[in-house]
Amino acid sequence: MWDASFLFNGNTIPRLFEGLMVTLRISLISVALSIPLGIVLGALYTRKNRAIHALMWLYLTFVRIMPQLVLLYIVFFGSAKWFGLNFSGEAASIIVFTLWGAAELADLVRAALESIDQSQYDSAFALGLTRRQTFSRVILPQAVRRMIPPSVNLITRIVKTTSLCMLIGVVEVMRVGQQIIDFNRFDYPGSALVVYAVLALLYFALCWPLSMFSRWLERRNA
Amino acid sequence: MDFSLLGTYLPDFVTALRVTLTVSAGGILCAIIVGLICSVIRLWRVPVLTQIISAYVEVARNTPSLVQLFFLYFGLPKVGIVLEPVTCAIICLAFLGGAYMAEAFRAALEAVPIVQFESAQVLGLSRTQTLSHVVLPQAMRQATPGLVANVVFLVKESSIVSGIALADLMYVAKDIIGMNYDTTEALFLLVVFYAVILVPISLIGDALERRFS
Repeated sequence: MWDASFLFNGNTIPRLFEGLMVTLRISLISVALSIPLGIVLGALYTRKNRAIHALMWLYLTFVRIMPQLVLLYIVFFGSAKWFGLNFSGEAASIIVFTLWGAAELADLVRAALESIDQSQYDSAFALGLTRRQTFSRVILPQAVRRMIPPSVNLITRIVKTTSLCMLIGVVEVMRVGQQIIDFNRFDYPGSALVVYAVLALLYFALCWPLSMFSRWLERRNA
Repeated sequence: MDFSLLGTYLPDFVTALRVTLTVSAGGILCAIIVGLICSVIRLWRVPVLTQIISAYVEVARNTPSLVQLFFLYFGLPKVGIVLEPVTCAIICLAFLGGAYMAEAFRAALEAVPIVQFESAQVLGLSRTQTLSHVVLPQAMRQATPGLVANVVFLVKESSIVSGIALADLMYVAKDIIGMNYDTTEALFLLVVFYAVILVPISLIGDALERRFS
């Protein structure tokens, strides 16, 4: 059952590697796009303006409360129906993970900004710093330090969640794994067990170092 | 949007809601039990088991739930373990959620001051008594916000069970989109049904967090 020799047949390993590259491409592009977007949204969320605040709350709540799979369906099937936009599965995935990642990050930004003690603002003012100086020299450096560990964790969440893309037809590493199982169905009936174990190992190899890094940062800051 | 279609599809969604709720509730309940057991073992530093649990928590938290589900559903039959889809889904959520719950409980248990343990010991309470009468009641209050956040997370994660052909909310929505192309109505009902489950839980979570912080 644990016969894994089929992994070394033909181009099985290169195919898995290709699939992994698609997973990484979707994750990295989404992370890269959601960082600036998330920071802007998070900063907007702390504004006192009622309308902006309500709008941001609605956006963050919707995106964060809906299962990511629902968001994928809305963008993938919805945009085709409503706007005639036939996104490829990969494009739809990048849109969803960017919007979701930005929403999660915005919440981290907000939490970090709000966690800075009022006395920090007061002290900065007392020292004669302007509002802008207070923000960029005093508040932001502290907020960023608190934000980074959970943000690194968010990256692992995005990488893990990209496995859902296969359910809207993206040929990423999960789907490649399924194809390998189907291909070896008759010669290696136990392939499903091995392939899913290998997939788990691949994701683990991507996510675990990041999780450890996040924890290390957190401990160092504490 | 065709409102009459909403009425047509409503019964399908209500049936599917039952599947989503069964899987979620079963998974969450088991996850809480798994999490509690794991965190107590870690608190008592039971040799060997503590290391095994640490490894389990890392694996469960750093691999996608979909891989876990497919491993259980498509992989395990190869070694003769054939599970019903519902059982499989619940075990998957328990495996995934157990690790998240264990972390939430651990943080709460660690927040209980050491003096509480020492005082209980001085009063002659056994380790089990200390745990059940002194430590857990205090820790549970602390753990509640994290627990509620995990509940929301697990209900959301339950949407993956459509991948093993369980007719949950996701599955029904996809079915309607694929068969009749009534995308707007299906997505609308899908969002409404998830919102009905998740918004109240999440509001309770926010309220609890404010109260305890």
